[in-house]
Amino acid sequence: MRVDSGGQANRTKAQDRARSVLDARPEHSADSPVSIHAMTVAYRRRPVLWDIDFDAPARSLVAIVGPNGAGKSTLIKACLGLVPMASGRVEFWGQPLRQARGRIGYVPQRESVDWEFPVSALDVVCMGRYRKIGWFRPVSRSHKEVARACLDRVGMGDYADRQISQLSGGQQQRVFLARALAQEADLYIMDEPFAGVDAATERAIVVVLRELQSQGKSVICVHHDLATVGEYFDSALLLNMRVVAAGAVGEVMTQQNLHKTYGGRLTLLSEASEAVARSGV
Amino acid sequence: MNAALHRFIELDLLPMLAGAMAALTCGLLGNYLVLRRLSLMGDAISHSVLPGLVIAFIVTGTRDPVVMLVGAGLSGVATVVIVELIRRFGRVDPGAAMGVTFSVLFALGVFLIEQAARQVDLDADCVLHGQPELLGWTVPADFGELLSPVTLGAVPRQIWILFAMLLITLAFITALFKELRIASFDPQLATTQGVHAGLMHYLLMVLVAAATVASFEAVGSILVIAMIICPAVTARLLTDRLGSQLLVSAIAALIAALGGYWLGALGPSLVGSEISLSAAGTMAVLAGVLFGVALLASPRHGVITQIRRQKHLASRVLVEDLLVTLRRAERSGESSVSVGRLRPILRGEATRAVELGERERLIRRRGDSVELSEDGRARADAVLHVHRQWQSYLIEEAGYLPDHAHEAAERLEHVADASAMNPPEASGSAPDRS
Repeated sequence: MRVDSGGQANRTKAQDRARSVLDARPEHSADSPVSIHAMTVAYRRRPVLWDIDFDAPARSLVAIVGPNGAGKSTLIKACLGLVPMASGRVEFWGQPLRQARGRIGYVPQRESVDWEFPVSALDVVCMGRYRKIGWFRPVSRSHKEVARACLDRVGMGDYADRQISQLSGGQQQRVFLARALAQEADLYIMDEPFAGVDAATERAIVVVLRELQSQGKSVICVHHDLATVGEYFDSALLLNMRVVAAGAVGEVMTQQNLHKTYGGRLTLLSEASEAVARSGV
Repeated sequence: MNAALHRFIELDLLPMLAGAMAALTCGLLGNYLVLRRLSLMGDAISHSVLPGLVIAFIVTGTRDPVVMLVGAGLSGVATVVIVELIRRFGRVDPGAAMGVTFSVLFALGVFLIEQAARQVDLDADCVLHGQPELLGWTVPADFGELLSPVTLGAVPRQIWILFAMLLITLAFITALFKELRIASFDPQLATTQGVHAGLMHYLLMVLVAAATVASFEAVGSILVIAMIICPAVTARLLTDRLGSQLLVSAIAALIAALGGYWLGALGPSLVGSEISLSAAGTMAVLAGVLFGVALLASPRHGVITQIRRQKHLASRVLVEDLLVTLRRAERSGESSVSVGRLRPILRGEATRAVELGERERLIRRRGDSVELSEDGRARADAVLHVHRQWQSYLIEEAGYLPDHAHEAAERLEHVADASAMNPPEASGSAPDRS
């Protein structure tokens, strides 16, 4: 089956180079659920993320904040290996992704899947158990019960047998959240869980996030609503292609930092490069 | 032994079996293509397999089935890779990418086949249409000998290949049911869960390519394409779970194959006609007919259901308009209104509206005039209440001008009954986040 030797053998030259860059930097904490080292990501040669360095604090709720096109989703996808990095390294609790995979739960953007797909809400939540169930085996009753309990936690227990297209947007988002809970992870990475949901869902999600935190888990959310960052999260990462600021919400969410993230030169630069990418080649 | 049965086994059993197995294999795999919005991929692969076959033949010089399967499998994968590359770097939608790929590759195949066919027998016509009728089987007159090694040895190899393909497909989709489901529904989550979505995709495509080739010789590519798409979309209309969709698609594929064969090969002789239809053709047509029936009669998404729902809504709107009119008249002091005066208000449907209202006991007839019953008055008040709520919501929350709001509310008052409705009262404004 899977043989894990830490992947040391197949490090590429680029990664070696990144390493030497890292040596010049202060040591990252092994306690951190995610540490990102010198990450650069490019789509078709246009850099989307540039030299990102970030250590997520353990057992806290972290918001990734930034304007459209700042690379927020790309950042978490690159961490999860869904988007290739041009350079850099990501570690989870000091381990590479391959070894930490079972401890990470992921909630993609709601629009990333086809909600007409012929599955029930319970089926979707059960997908969070697939890794624990293992290849080739069917979903057993005990796993279904866990999934049902997760649906209950997000207030969706009565909708378990509904086909997912019959759910409202907020309910769909809660099903996604339940699926992440079913993964029983130590770190949850969520892409805009609050986007386009109703007030009831928003409250339900916040309750679940707090619960997770009180259980000693860490949560990282891409978040689009500046008004609620302070209320829902402990720390924030302000992002616009580069890390503008990172730290406790109270210290980071200053007028100056926000101006740098949303209105400053960095935005102009990215807009310019977008315009170039659109018009040319 | 019964002569007619003997004749059936010798002439019809194997072609029927071949059609059924090909239909089942393609029909089951097709579900995953349809769900991933890659329906055209079946088309693409079954066309682009042609150059793969010819190239495999040119390179090795044999028509050994294993060589053919490998050639087809490779060209299937090549097709998927090319489509993906075109989609990514050409920035075109998947449909266009698939269209470009398979038309060009198919043309290449036709060109190559003409070159190669000068030396040997590779018949383009046969590849396209297939000739299931040619799958004869020489069987001894004694039934006891039917399953003896010699008799089974006389079964053409196409049948065995199809049988193997069917078994592989069944094993694939049962053993990897949940992996295929997660990879089709949410490739990103699948990948983070350790089910590599890309790998599943290519496995599936290799299988589609292999199934295509296995079915080619026996039933032809037209049937392959039909069977990849038709049973799956038929089942999609009738079910809302993946498992039941797979089952229904398999049943649809079987009905199309067996029924189609019966229509093509046996049907004409039953009505005394001497002509015989191409069985592959009738199977494909029947698969299309099944889809048509499902499209019309599907309980939830079907055309008939939709029409019935619309009719139902239309008559409800009509009756409610009548009730509201009578209620407004009542409030201005007229307890009954003549049918003649209702005509201009109800756009020529006054008579029907009155009939419907009477049947539901919402109104009473008094000679030439009608008046509200107790129930009718309550219903009219309810509609008016909803109308007012919508009107104030549209003006205050949605920023409509008052005279526009009345028109819009006139339409909405019918849609929003107690269960569907909440905008005006319950959640008038966006969630408060102070």
